[in-house]
This record gives sequence, C-alpha cells and structure tokens, in this order.
Amino acid sequence: MSSKKDSELPAKSPTGFSRRGFIGRVGIGGGALGTGLLENEAIAAPPAVAGPGAVPITLTLNGKPVKVTVEPRVTLVDALRNYLDMTGAKRVCDRGTCGACTVIMAGKTVYACSILAVDAVGKNIETIEGLATGNALHPISRAFVDNDGQQCGYCTPGFVMACKGFIDEHPNPTEADVNHGLGGNLCRCGTYMGIRKAVLQAAKEMKGGKSNG
Amino acid sequence: MANPDYSWPPMEKRKVIGQRFKRLDGPQKSSGRAKYSSDTRPKDLLYGAYLTCPHAHARIKSVDTSEAEKLKGVASVHAIEKAGTEIQYQGWEVAAVAASTEEIAREAARLIKVDYEVLPHFVEDHDLGKAGARARQGGERVVGDPEKAFQEAEATSEGQYGIPVINHCCLEPHGQIFQWKPGAASDGSQDQIMVWPSTQNVPAYATDVTQRLKVPTNNIKVKMDYIGGGFGSKFNPDAWAYVAAELSKKAGGRPVLLYLDRATEQMIGGNRPSAYSKIKVGGKKDGTITAFDAFTWGTGGFAPVNPAAQPYILTRIANQRETRTPVSTNAGTQRAWRAPGNQQASFLTCCAIEDFAAKIGKDPMEVYKLNAQFAPEARVETYRYQLDKAAELSNWKTLWKARGSATGVVKRGLGVGLAAWGGMGHASQCRTVINPDGSVSVEIGTQDLGTGTRTIITQVAAETLGLTMNQVKLVIGTNDLPPDGGSGGSTTVGGVSTSTRMAATNALYKLFETVAPALGTEPDNLEAVDGQIRVKGTPSKNLTWVAACKKLGPNKISEMGVFNGRNGGTLLTQGACGVQVADVSVDTETGIVKMNRFVAVQDCGLVINPRLAESQVFGAVIMGISTALFERRLMDAATGRTLNPDMEWYKLAGIGDIGNIVVHMDIRKEMDSRGVIGLGEPPAVPICAAVANAVANAIGVRVPNIPMTPEHVLGALEGGKA
Repeated sequence: MSSKKDSELPAKSPTGFSRRGFIGRVGIGGGALGTGLLENEAIAAPPAVAGPGAVPITLTLNGKPVKVTVEPRVTLVDALRNYLDMTGAKRVCDRGTCGACTVIMAGKTVYACSILAVDAVGKNIETIEGLATGNALHPISRAFVDNDGQQCGYCTPGFVMACKGFIDEHPNPTEADVNHGLGGNLCRCGTYMGIRKAVLQAAKEMKGGKSNG
Repeated sequence: MANPDYSWPPMEKRKVIGQRFKRLDGPQKSSGRAKYSSDTRPKDLLYGAYLTCPHAHARIKSVDTSEAEKLKGVASVHAIEKAGTEIQYQGWEVAAVAASTEEIAREAARLIKVDYEVLPHFVEDHDLGKAGARARQGGERVVGDPEKAFQEAEATSEGQYGIPVINHCCLEPHGQIFQWKPGAASDGSQDQIMVWPSTQNVPAYATDVTQRLKVPTNNIKVKMDYIGGGFGSKFNPDAWAYVAAELSKKAGGRPVLLYLDRATEQMIGGNRPSAYSKIKVGGKKDGTITAFDAFTWGTGGFAPVNPAAQPYILTRIANQRETRTPVSTNAGTQRAWRAPGNQQASFLTCCAIEDFAAKIGKDPMEVYKLNAQFAPEARVETYRYQLDKAAELSNWKTLWKARGSATGVVKRGLGVGLAAWGGMGHASQCRTVINPDGSVSVEIGTQDLGTGTRTIITQVAAETLGLTMNQVKLVIGTNDLPPDGGSGGSTTVGGVSTSTRMAATNALYKLFETVAPALGTEPDNLEAVDGQIRVKGTPSKNLTWVAACKKLGPNKISEMGVFNGRNGGTLLTQGACGVQVADVSVDTETGIVKMNRFVAVQDCGLVINPRLAESQVFGAVIMGISTALFERRLMDAATGRTLNPDMEWYKLAGIGDIGNIVVHMDIRKEMDSRGVIGLGEPPAVPICAAVANAVANAIGVRVPNIPMTPEHVLGALEGGKA
C-alpha cells in the first residue's frame, strides 16, 4: 500500500528527494529516519532562513502567481485550505499516507501535507481547482462520475489528482498498472472498483486528444 | 382524494425508478467543488485545537491555561476538565483553544500545563483471564436442553475466535464550525447560532443544541451539504460541538472551526467493539446443527458494552446456551459501526459452523443450506436461493476443495459468510412544490452520506410526476426543511422514498384537480407520463406539463408527504438477507493472504437505482476486506497508549488489495414487490466471516483471530491444528 508508483518514476525534484520517493525506496516498514537520508537531503538543498514569524511568499498555483503570507511551519495543504480557500485537497492523515491532499508539484505527484508551503515556492503546483474551469469537467473527474468511483467523496479530489499524475506517466495503463500505481491513495467508503474503471476510461479518452487539462 | 394510491408503479411500467442514473452530486465531488463542512471558511473564522490526555488512566491535579492565554493570536481558551477529574482513556479532551490561525491554536494548546496523577490502567481485552474485576460476568441464556443435546450429538466441534476493536477512521474527522453570537440586553437581541457540522443527523442537531445551550431552536441554523464519512459514528453534536460553542461565545461570536486531529480521531472518534468467543457446535453427521454453545466477551471501552449475541441468523437452533461478558478497558468509547454487533456475530457463528462442517467432512455450502431452516421463517427460502446463487457465481462446485486438501506453498480456499439486517425506513416528511412555470422542487431535511440519497429522492419524485431527473430541484441538508431522520441503521432510503412518493403524489393530485375540467374528465382519470398530463386510456387527450402548470394561475402547489413510520403501506418494509463468498490465496511461507475474488449476493427489496445499490455493496465489501485483512486498534499493555492512532500503522486496504468483486443484487419480482429496504448495513456484515473461512479452507487450520495478518496466519500454521 505504499506509493509504489514513485519507485518507478525518475525523481524530478531538484533535491532528488521527496517523501513519496523516500517511502518508495525504503518501503513503508523501513523506519530508516536515522540512517542519514534526511541529512543528505539537507545538504543537497540548504534551506533559506525564513521566519519564525509569517513571511510573504508567492506560490505558483495552476500556472498563476498567488501571494500569501504564512509562517514557515505551514504545510502546503494548510496554506491552500486555510489561507487561500482552495479546499479541494483534503487534510486527512496529515502525515503522508492517505493521499487525500494529493497535488502535482513540478510535474511530480506529491502529498501536500508533507511539504512546507515555503518549500513550494518557485514550482508550479497543479491542484484540482485548476483541472477544469466553470462547470466543465476534466475527463478524469467525468470518469469518476461515469463509473461511480466516489461515495462520500472526501478522498476523491486527491484520487483524481493522483490519477492525473499517473496517467501523465502511464498513458496506456492496464488494470494491474492501476492497482500498482494508485496504492498511495486510500478510500474509506470502498470505491476502488469504480476508480479502476474510471482510470482506464480517462486514460483512453485523454489519449484520444479530448483532454482539456 | 379519499385514499390516494401511493403504491409503486409495476416494475415494467417504471421509467425512472430502477434506472442506473449516475449520482447527482458526482460532478461536484470529483471536481473538488463540493464544500464539506470542514471546507467552509466563514468570515472572521477562528481555528480551534484540543489538548488531550496522553495517559490511559489518570487524575488531573491542576490545569494552567495562563501561558496559552498570553500567546498572541489566541482569541479564547476553554479548560474543559478541572482538577480532580478522573480520566479513563488516552485522547480524553482536557482543554481547547481558538486562535487566528491553526498553527497558533496548536501552539497555544501545547502551552497549557496539566499535572496528572497517573493511575493503573487496563487496555487488553483478548485474554479474559487477565481482566479480573474489569470483566462483568454476563447472565446465561439457555434454550432447550443444550447439555443433553451435546451428549446425544453425533459430532461436535469446538473453537475460539476473535475479532478486534477497529476504528471508524472517517476521512473527514469529527467536528464542526460553530458560531455562537451572544445577544445583548441593551438592544434586546437574542443569541444566534450557526453550525456547519459533519453529522449523520442534520434534522435533530438543533434540538440537541437547544437542550444543551438553552438557545431557542428558532435561532439555530444547521447546514451540511456534504459529509466525509460517518459509518455510524457521527449522530450527535458531541462534546466538540459544545467546546467550539464555548470558544466562539468567549471570542465574541466569531465562528470556530474545531475538528479532531487524526490521532485524536482514531482514539476517540469511534470504534467497533471487539468480540471473542469460545463456541461449541453439536449436530448430526448429515450437518444438521442441534446444539450451539457460545461463551463471549469483548470491550467497547470504559463503559461495559455487551458483546455480540449468537447464534447469528440461525436463531431457531433447538438447543442453545450463551453467556456474554463485557470487559471495561481504558480506551476510547465504542460507537455504532455499520450494522452494530452483526459483523462480530456473523464472524463468530459462521466460523464455528464452518469448523463443524470441516469436522464432519461436509461441504459448508450444503451445511448452511441444511441449517437455513433455523433462520427466521420468512427468510429461509431467500437464504437457500442466495446460497445457490453465491455458489454459482463463485464457481464453488469447481473451486471448493475439502479443508486442507490444497497443495503447494500458495494455497487457495473458499469460505462463506451470512448477513441479515432490518432496514425499515424512518419517519420522514417531504414537501413537493409545483410552480406555475412548471418548475418543481422537493424539500426534505435529510442528508446524503455518499449513499446516493439525493439521487434516489429525485428519481422517486421524477417517476411520480412523469418528469425527467433534471426537471426536479432537490433541497436537503438544513434544519429548516421538513423533518427527516438520522441516516443510520439503513433507515434513510425507505424513509425518504416513502415520504417523497407521498408528497409528489399529493402535489400531482392537486394539479390533476386543476386541469381535469380542461381535459373534460375527473382528476382520478388522469395520469402523468413523459412530461404530459393525460387521460388514462386516451393518451391523445393531454396537456404538456408546462401547459398544465400554467393553469395554476398565480398560485403554486405545495403538498406534504408524511410518513409516520407506520403508514407506508407496500412502499417499504424490512428484512434483508445476504450471502457472500471469499476466494483467497494464502502464501504459507509469508502468511500473506491475497484476495482473488469475492462474491456478494444481496437483496434489499425494490431497488431504486441499481448502479448506486451496487456501489453500496462494493463499498461495504471493500471496507470488510480491509477489516478482515488489515485493521486492528493496537493498545500497549505496558503504557496503556494506542500504538497506531494514524493511517500508516492503522492500515486500510488500498486499490490493489481487494481482488475482484462480483455483486449480484437479488431483484427478482418477488423481492421487488416487498417494497424498499435499506442497504447500507447488510452487505457490510459477512466479509470477515467469509475471508476467515476461506483462509481456514486453504491452509487446513483455523486462524482464530481477525485480521488475517501474516502474524496471525503463521501463528496458526506453526501451532498446527488450532
């Protein structure tokens, strides 16, 4: 159930490191926080000193610059939800397990609860709010409706964004690919049967050039 | 209209009911535009945070909130517990803070100093021998003469089985945004309350708040459009509503957002009680069960809760003895969990029956069929039919092999579980409005938990009025609408479909009365079909819906449908059955259980929307697979702490863990004619039973305890015949 998909993907982050990549490499039971991996990350990208008070930053959200003033301890998901009223991404486990807060940052699918907002500066962040405008539905969102891949819907925006990242990397997925690649998102209502079908439908449609996202 | 005919149209004449409409709120949810209560950000919002007790059992010596109060950005602090309070579980709420940001609120909560006197705790429930005085020996229930029946039995089997405490793990945690604006004596204004809760019971919420806060119900507004999961754990406003209320009032009436953080949610946001049982089954060599003896214990937290009753479903076995012993533990309090008691009972009884079948060398499917005679009389034939259907769909006759006869390292096995549930609709009121411009609104004070309630109400109204789905506007989710009930116990679909059918029928009749003269007939001689009001038997004599409504002049029609719980006639009923089969592979070297296929056969009377009904069953089965394979609240005996109040070590099934699932809704005409029955609960019942039995069938020994983890599977294999 760890995020298996990322172990297959090239690390695109400039630091070459992310929580998902970390889990992909050491496995969920790795418990390797004391092995120096985090120190290596710190060496690779020494953080600029910010705070301790609130600092003005500019996030690039769905291609547009957005100014926000947050304390350095504010996570990306909290910045989106509590400071920018972008509540599509949900905060559920709040520690990089369930995927309800999934966004795409610099082309890579990430858990927004496990990234500080100040660390997201300078990277394009795709959120579900940017997938389609007005009443339009992105083919992935529509596929979730068509295949009833949602019940209470609280995991759904995160799932849809994870599907977007997955299909971008796997335009011709098989059902086995879906089972493997979307293991980083959890649903409590049990909508996985519909989601499987939705991903396959969306991938087919998006390949056909009908994507507006 | 002396005696309006509310009954459902015959199956073959339905145009909207029975169709596979997509859920109406699907686009809002899958585009991220749906605003849950926890997504609401009213003006001047304050963020709340709790300080909870880290100990399983302690007495508070002192609480000092002064440092928290001094922190810049803090708007209000509320000491919930005072010196002297005895705390009975970890996660108990001690104090709370509201501040301008969530970060400040959390920091302030950490600044609150609480001194505890730590007291001895007890958190283990699986070993009754360790419970001592924490176990309250239950009374004995005896039917027939079990002693004699066991003596005369041709075969007996014995086993011990256990199903642990699991968490609801709702993705949207418990909580709400609460705004309590104090009134002022100077201008005579009264207190006003606005709440955005995450609740399964919008209609009763304000009544609770009034009783607690003494604010008139008229001054309370409750609004909830979407809820991120409840599963039985979110009925009442709960303590956090009133804590948020205090924080809001103290902060001069600014709204306060207070939701449990994930760790607290897992510890106090609800759990399903455990059940452990020593069971003895006696019977004939043909498989007929003549005696059933169960000694059961379990915990639902500090307050004693009786564990599940047995035997499950086969309640008419001639000779029975049962003892149920609740165990009090220092752990969060149980809450209703999607068919309370039934999963535990189904697991315990069905495991014992499969062990009996294995003992006498019989196919359990045949043993269940034979013993279906002991189910409630009205359900006997349904179970037999469903057992056959489940056998057919699972390819049972080909794939099932006698217990332990599978060869190789990875062994395949099949197992059965049974379900039963009531599902009678709750009392419900609906208002249907037909406007002179032809627009229609349906108003009902219910909530859609993601079960499809919005969609099925709209289907019932559209069917009744001869309209299409998009001609009906539905209004739900606030407390000023006609009252419905809480969404629990699978009572919603029966309630709302009945009241909506009544209201729409009543409103339509008013329209018939208006247009009958223009069509030269009596109101009773009219029907609404395909957007027309037409004369029965003479479809050429008709008015379009819009033309008919125009005849209303300036006045709209507004009619109620009142289902009082008893006057539903043939519209609804209760009593659902289900049979499920798990097909698993077990790696006997690693102990990993893999789901191959899962078959769920389920009836729920008249099915309003098969697509959404199937989704309910898929969801229930997936949730059950998760509990069968992974879920367990882990308590540390030494410290009394919860070891996995999170979502990485409290494991939920992922998309790759569930195998393939086949759902068969039993919608035969004789089932349909029973009327509407609730569906949320019944398919969630038998999964642990089916999976555990499939594992036993595969590896040849009983793995006594859920979940079917490598630890439990390898333990059983190493222990040999359990």
